[in-house]
Amino acid sequence: MASHRITFPASEADIRELRAGDEVVVDGHIVGIRDRTQIRIFDQGVPPPLDLSGALLLHTAPNVRKVGEGRYEKICIGTTTSARMVRFTEPLGAQYGVRAICGKGGLPDEAIEPMRRLGMVYLAIVGGAAALETTQIEEIEEVAWEELMPECLWKFRVRDFGPLTVGIDSHGSSLYHDVQEQAQERLKEILARI
Amino acid sequence: MSVVDVDLAGAVEGAAAHLYVWSLKDIPQDLRDALADASERETSVTGRRVLSTILRNVEVADTERNLVCQDTGIAVYTCRVGERFPLHPARIYEALKAGTERATLEHPLRSNAVHTITRENTGPNTGHRLPIVHWEFVPDWDGLDVKCVPKGSGSENMSFLKMCVPADGVRGIKQFVLESIVGAGGKPCPPGIVGVGIGGSADYAMYLAKEAIARPIGTRNPDRHVAQLEDELFELLNETGIGPMGLGGDVTVLQCHVEHADTHMTLNPVAVNYQCWAARRATAHVSASGDVEYDREA
Repeated sequence: MASHRITFPASEADIRELRAGDEVVVDGHIVGIRDRTQIRIFDQGVPPPLDLSGALLLHTAPNVRKVGEGRYEKICIGTTTSARMVRFTEPLGAQYGVRAICGKGGLPDEAIEPMRRLGMVYLAIVGGAAALETTQIEEIEEVAWEELMPECLWKFRVRDFGPLTVGIDSHGSSLYHDVQEQAQERLKEILARI
Repeated sequence: MSVVDVDLAGAVEGAAAHLYVWSLKDIPQDLRDALADASERETSVTGRRVLSTILRNVEVADTERNLVCQDTGIAVYTCRVGERFPLHPARIYEALKAGTERATLEHPLRSNAVHTITRENTGPNTGHRLPIVHWEFVPDWDGLDVKCVPKGSGSENMSFLKMCVPADGVRGIKQFVLESIVGAGGKPCPPGIVGVGIGGSADYAMYLAKEAIARPIGTRNPDRHVAQLEDELFELLNETGIGPMGLGGDVTVLQCHVEHADTHMTLNPVAVNYQCWAARRATAHVSASGDVEYDREA
């Protein structure tokens, strides 16, 4: 399992180098997004006011303090469960050129094929480790759709963001799929003996 | 002392405000020890990466005085009210609600409370029937214990209920718990505490599962049959290989707690409620004269 440092926005070539299980640390800019943000983009057809090409999206709804018109300071920023938002994976890549999704708990198998085809990855963060994550976010640079607070579109500048684990790569491999398959086998063995 | 002289409602409100924030920042020692043990015994590369990040995070939360996890949850309180505690539960509820609001606005904390249909925010972590308060009444006592358990949605979404039949027996209970935790995978932020409620009725089994997740790690149910089930489930759950954050590994759960109630001869309910690794809880002991003592380990 290799270790990588990637600056986002990233290219398809950067993403294709990553393999499931690899460790990744991120610098640059990432975009916070959540359920209501994506419902607005795709179900209500409102194009996002931030450029998402090459982006790493973070499934988040941060604790923040308002310090001025459209300006916010971080209090505690962590990551939410990704599986709820799996249906947006394909259009995020196909329509907006998103390269990576960072969240916790993984995406179901329906994300594997679009990620392979479009050159995207799922980067697993440690859910709940928000105190640490907050120290790796240098600044909240931009906030769009404040009326969806806290489920706005957030642009964060990050340094040493991670460690993240490649949960689903762009070559058709998913740790979540493999772990689940193995666990189902073990479950059968356990149930046969209890 | 006459009760008129004491602002008990103010004391309970202050206790709730303190407990909510404190529990989000300073996780109990039994949990810290269990996470350190888990980190020692985990052998997978991804699992070790996750657990060392968790331990680093707990340290950073201490030094930065920040929240361990950004999900401030829904505030759930369990009150043990002595029969001679001089403030009526109706007023205790009001004080807990006011304390929850105060903590949310003063810190400030993210407000998660929404109307279930409109999804519009209903207030500073309060709303219709929020916070959630469970009650227990204690004879021959004049005190009040308030335990605050902020419950994050990642783990609460992984709650499961099955009305097994008596012929399914204990094996049916074990099977349902195992299938639930394997199916949940990495979503509830493992390794955490699996709470299991058995018996009673459908609603009561789920309440018992919630009570089970709020117990300190290292405690065992006083009923030996139930304690044996806790031991067996703990071993079996860790054989599934789901691992830290569902990325595969040896440590899937830190502990499994089971609470039980006697039930109808034709019922065999089993409820599963998950508590993430950031298993936050904090307690205040409030005396009849309004003195408050805080307790991280209860």
